[in-house]
Amino acid sequence: MELREIISTGNDLAAIAAVDAGCEFFGGYPITPSSEIMHTISDLLPEMGGAAIQMEDEIAGIAAAVGAAMSGVRSLTATSGPGVSLKAENLGLAQMTEVPLVLVNVMRGGPSTGLPTRVSQGDVRQARNPSHGDYRSITLCAGNLAECYTEVVRAFNLADRFMQPVIVLTDETIGHMHGKAMIPTLEEVKKGIVPRKSFDGAPEDYRPYGVGADEAAVLNPMFKGYRYHFTGLHHDAKGFPTEEIETCRKLIQRLEDKVMMHTDEIELNEEFMLDDFDGSEGEVLIVAYGSVSLAAKEAIRHLRAEGIKAGLFRPITLWPSPAKRMGELVKATKNVLCVELNIRQYTEEVERVSGRLDLEGLYKVNGRAISPYEIVNKVKEVF
Amino acid sequence: MAFNYDNYLRLEKMPTLWCWGCGDGVILKAFIRAVDKLGWNKDDVCVVSGIGCSGRFSSYVDFNTIHTTHGRTVAFATGVKLANPDKHVVCVAGDGDALAIGGNHTIHGCRRNIDINFIVINNFIYGLTNSQTSPTTPQGMWTVSQKAGNIDPTFDACKLAIAAGATFVAREKVTEPRKLEKVFVEGFKHRGFSFFDILSNCHINLGRKNKMQSAMENLSWIDSITVSKKKYDEMTPDEQLNLLATGILKQDTEAREYCDMYEDIKAVQQGKRGLLTQDDFKKKI
Repeated sequence: MELREIISTGNDLAAIAAVDAGCEFFGGYPITPSSEIMHTISDLLPEMGGAAIQMEDEIAGIAAAVGAAMSGVRSLTATSGPGVSLKAENLGLAQMTEVPLVLVNVMRGGPSTGLPTRVSQGDVRQARNPSHGDYRSITLCAGNLAECYTEVVRAFNLADRFMQPVIVLTDETIGHMHGKAMIPTLEEVKKGIVPRKSFDGAPEDYRPYGVGADEAAVLNPMFKGYRYHFTGLHHDAKGFPTEEIETCRKLIQRLEDKVMMHTDEIELNEEFMLDDFDGSEGEVLIVAYGSVSLAAKEAIRHLRAEGIKAGLFRPITLWPSPAKRMGELVKATKNVLCVELNIRQYTEEVERVSGRLDLEGLYKVNGRAISPYEIVNKVKEVF
Repeated sequence: MAFNYDNYLRLEKMPTLWCWGCGDGVILKAFIRAVDKLGWNKDDVCVVSGIGCSGRFSSYVDFNTIHTTHGRTVAFATGVKLANPDKHVVCVAGDGDALAIGGNHTIHGCRRNIDINFIVINNFIYGLTNSQTSPTTPQGMWTVSQKAGNIDPTFDACKLAIAAGATFVAREKVTEPRKLEKVFVEGFKHRGFSFFDILSNCHINLGRKNKMQSAMENLSWIDSITVSKKKYDEMTPDEQLNLLATGILKQDTEAREYCDMYEDIKAVQQGKRGLLTQDDFKKKI
């Protein structure tokens, strides 16, 4: 893939990525530490002929973004944990109506107002089920500056493929990090864009939700002669409210299956220095994601220099989790250390997919980043 | 010849879920006649509704329609409109939807002066959820959440909309369907935020426990609390007490519409003009 060099921040890269991916609308509300995404996209979108609007609250921010997405354009909202709490209901509407949307959550300390200017990974569990009811969240997590760009681009393509919101988690560290990133050229990004499916038959034959049991809705853009209905109520193939027992069951089962039967299209992991792992005594597998993985990689270089065979498994798609691969690796390695800026939020998923309850963990919830030395010391202490 | 509504209705969705004698149908018909009078193409119209009896409005009309979450109608519509400034966007919500849970979006929609037509179906009560107090329930009336009599002061929705900056504000009632159609036509033509406080009956959930058990009794009560703007303006403040003025209460044709102003923003960002000045906030004649 052809790359270009850019010097920027994580938040700016997220905004640039959205516009490069064809986003035409942004609705949001100021919140630390994500506001810079709104600041930057407010310049970029009108320049490209799109629109960005600062709404009266977080709820309205996502509502406007979903409204624009319903009309057919690629749409973005950005926020932090408290904002996701407020946006949750309308994320649920987008899940139920199958409207593609990208939400970037630049994580800060929580719960509640928490530590607005400091780093955390406390929203990982929230990202899995921000709203009530049954649906499958797709959540990606950027682990470095370049991924603030590439994961936002991927999120837009996944949102249109699966017709639902996609959450991109970054955090205060990476959002405010300023540095050099190698990102795909605009041509590469444009080549990779797969717009949402549309129906071009006769309007009377159009069934936006009348799709296969594991398929996503086919939502045509508005104002093009296909006048249909969106509702958060259980709905039939044409989108109209229904309480018919089998239709209701099939709809919710389809929301589950359209994601869970196609996880191979969503899964993305990095395996760092795992090539020489063979199950021998003394190997140390670190599981980490997001900005923490930068410290983990540095720690692994130090450990290797000291003769400790360490490696990293980093899920880039957090939800649905990479159950098979993560399970295999964790089962095959005796010494496993999970490192998170929260208390066991993803560790519980690692336990679930591996069936192991003896994993070691390093968790930090004081708003400060984890340093490589803390990881090195933890490894030496517990293994 | 009688007006034929069929072209604008999703006939397979008839009959509506609304109770017999409900005023919502009168509003639906007046809305359709107004759209027809203006000659809007059905493909160019988006109707956005919230939650409650009024929320079902969008599913009955043959336009691009969205049934959103409770109170958020105007916020969703803002996204639709700003992404499609040349299309017609109409919101429909109830008094609880627009003035309680969605109050923030209502006032900011008014303030922003975006070209959205916001029809508030005001029946003074939460109907669908069975008789809870709304922000327009008159003091003293029985509600299921205040059985001794409602003690909450009420909103005058139009005064709220005017104060918040809506550039077209009108109130009408379902007992005057022709006037209803007329204010819709005028408001829909207006480029800016048009706010309609449409008084309707809910003899089932407001009337039943407040001595207005039939639609007619409830409608007579609505007539008794309303007076034309002209008469209202001639009254003393004491006489105006507990009365609501009907008609077009405000129309400001000077203020610029939000999407129009956003075109200026695009021009600035595209390097086609300099930064906005105070002159840009007035309509060019």
